[in-house]
Order: sequence, then structure tokens, then C-alpha cells
Amino acid sequence: MSRALGPFAAVLDRDLLLAWRGRADVLVTLAFFVVVVCLFPFGVGAEPNQLRAIAPGVLWVAALLSTLLSLHRLFAQDHVDGTLEQLLLSPEPTVLWVVAKISAHWIATGLPLVVAAPALALLFDVEQSALGVLVLSLALGTPILALLGAVGAALTLGLRGGGMLLALLVLPLFVPVLIFGAGAVDAHLSGSGAQAHLLLLGGGLLGALALAPLACAAALRIAVE
Amino acid sequence: MLYANDLACVKGDRPLFRGLNLQVAPGAMLRVAGPNGYGKTSLLRILCGLALPESGEIRWNDVPINRDRETFHRALLYLGHAAALNDLLTPLENLRFSCAAGGDKVDEDICIDALVRIGLAEQLDLPARVLSQGQRRRVGLARLFLGTRRKLWVLDEPFTALDVAAVADLAATLSDHCAAGGMVVLTTHQDAPFAKPPAVLNLAEVAW
Repeated sequence: MSRALGPFAAVLDRDLLLAWRGRADVLVTLAFFVVVVCLFPFGVGAEPNQLRAIAPGVLWVAALLSTLLSLHRLFAQDHVDGTLEQLLLSPEPTVLWVVAKISAHWIATGLPLVVAAPALALLFDVEQSALGVLVLSLALGTPILALLGAVGAALTLGLRGGGMLLALLVLPLFVPVLIFGAGAVDAHLSGSGAQAHLLLLGGGLLGALALAPLACAAALRIAVE
Repeated sequence: MLYANDLACVKGDRPLFRGLNLQVAPGAMLRVAGPNGYGKTSLLRILCGLALPESGEIRWNDVPINRDRETFHRALLYLGHAAALNDLLTPLENLRFSCAAGGDKVDEDICIDALVRIGLAEQLDLPARVLSQGQRRRVGLARLFLGTRRKLWVLDEPFTALDVAAVADLAATLSDHCAAGGMVVLTTHQDAPFAKPPAVLNLAEVAW
């Protein structure tokens, strides 16, 4: 078991270290999230009731777009410098380090969004009792976005104009996550309880965790061939 | 023992070679020769299992490599054109990562020794982006100085960008590896001072 964890830990460590050394990229993702969210009051007007109503959707769409913004970086550098080939030649199972890469990517790009979201929600005057649900929905939902997005990133690896194609490929897949994520906060605010939405998101996360790394590994094998 | 039978390779629409047979026994070194564009790199990638041949089969110790990938890749060390270095990491971090990701447990001291031996004592703590081409190459090659447990070395142009002393040192290392029962498959355009001249496979002879 500890032998199998070796490459997992090695890839996780390295990618977190790289995220720290290249933290400007991470900050750009977060700044994008904040800026997109802050644009909405300018666009739709500063009517408090309206802002309160659209807040969950706005936060979720912004989180989804900033996830998309960083996705293409997930495998690109390793593909160019040959690290991906070496990883594929590792005797350890491919899915293991794929999960490690996606985890590191989420910790560097998804987790900051989850942390920043409550502060931004207050800008929209969202009820304080709903902040917990918002954080929970993002904490369950953004890893799904990272997992699904990783499959798209692997499929479009090395293609010209891969970034645009990646967006077209994964945005439709993000729709259910968006519906249940934003829906959770709405359901809490309307009094019907967010439990069903959150359970569905949790189920989606487990499903994505089980299947996406396999698809991702297969796509990476094709990409280096 | 690495054994390939009746390999054919097509790159895009371009047929490269067919009917290629090869055999590398313990202690043997095979040099894949041929003009540019005849599929040397493609052949090495096929031998490693990174790419699939159009037809034919590769066996490692009489087992097809796609049937027991793990055993084969545990015995294989492949160094390709790209040095697999991340520019933000130091040579030491890069080397330790490539060992750990490959499933080798290697102490930091041994990694440092290997990097010092290959002539990077001064560059241990510098980010890889400031290294010269030859120095980048050396970081990749440092794995050879600790990867002796891996039987089969597949090296794509290992001598490129190295100076004369480093070429001699590397040739001696490869000869030693073979003398100890290891196997080496490599491509190169330059004559290196091997202890024993390697067998040559000329891809121009099996061109499609």
C-alpha cells in the first residue's frame, strides 16, 4: 500500500510546490472569480432584492468560469516537457497519479474559490444562514468540475486551439453541477432544505471520482501516442 | 530479454518501416541507426509501449508487454528527446520526483551524488530554467547513475549537447551497465567510445 502511495504523494507534493512557485497563476484565477462576481451589480443594477436572488447563480457561474480558465494548464506543461511520458511509463497505475494531479489542481484553484465565496456572497447581502450551504455546495461541486474538466483537458491536449475546444466540450457537462449547486442555496433560502441537492452533489462527486480518472488516463495515453 | 517481431510503423499517412525484427539479450547494446525521419524515435517509443505499432508484437522475457505492463515498466528506463524537467524546480527536485514517480525509492544523498558525479554540483539549487541545454540533458541522464536496478535502458539521442568528457563518461556508464548484464537500446548520430562496439540496426534497410 505504501508503495502504491509513493507516486501519488510524489505527484501531489510536486504539483502543490509548482502551484506555490507559480502562485501568480493561481491568484489570477481567484482574481478573475472576484472580478466576474463584482461585475454583476454593475450590469443588473444595485437593487438589493434582485442581487440577493441572483447571488447563488452568479457565484456558481463565476466559479465555473474560473475553473475553466485554469483547466488547460492541468497537463499542458507536463506534456511539453516530457514529464507526462515518464509518468505513463511508471509501473504504478496511471489513475493513481491522475487523481493526485487533479487533487493538487483543485487545492490550488478550486479551494481558494470555496474560501472566497462567503465574503463575496455578503456583498450580495445573502442571508448569513445560507453561507454554510453555499460553501458546502461549492466544496462538493468544484471537485466535480475539476474531475470532469480534467477529462476534457486530457482529450484536447496538444491540439491547436485546444482551449476553446475544451470549453465547448466540458461546459455542457458542467450544467448539472451548476443546477444542483446553485439550487442548493436557493432551496435553503426558500425553506425547503438543501439536503437533497447536497446529497446529489455528493453522489456526483463520488461518481466522478470513480470514473473520470479512468477516462482521463485513457485520454492521456492517446495524447502522447 | 527484449524481443520484437515483425514490427510495422505508420506515422500519420507516412509508412516508416515494416518487417522489423530485433532482439536484445542481457549484456547487449543495440544502436538504432538511420537518416532523419526514418522512425528511430518512433521505434523507441513503440519499444517502450508509449506508442502502438501498426502490426507486430514486442515481448519482454517472453511475455507481450501489453499483457504485463507493470513488470516491463519496472525494468525499463526511457529517456526521450525532452528531458522531463520542470523549469520551476531545481535539478535535485526534478531528479527526486522522476525517481519517486517511477516507483523507485531513492535517498536524497544518492540523488545528490548522482548530480555531482554528472557535473552539476554548482547547480543543485538553481531552478532548471537557468540551465544550459547540456546541463538540462545531464539532469535527465543522472537517472542512469542511480537506475542500475532497471535492466533495460532505452535512450533517445543521449549524447546530444554533451561535451567530450561527458560523452566519454556516459559511454563508459553504458558499457558498464551492459557488462553487468543490463541492456541498452539507443539512437545516436555520433561515434561514442564504447568498450565494445554495439550491434547496429539500420532503419534504412527496413524502410517501407
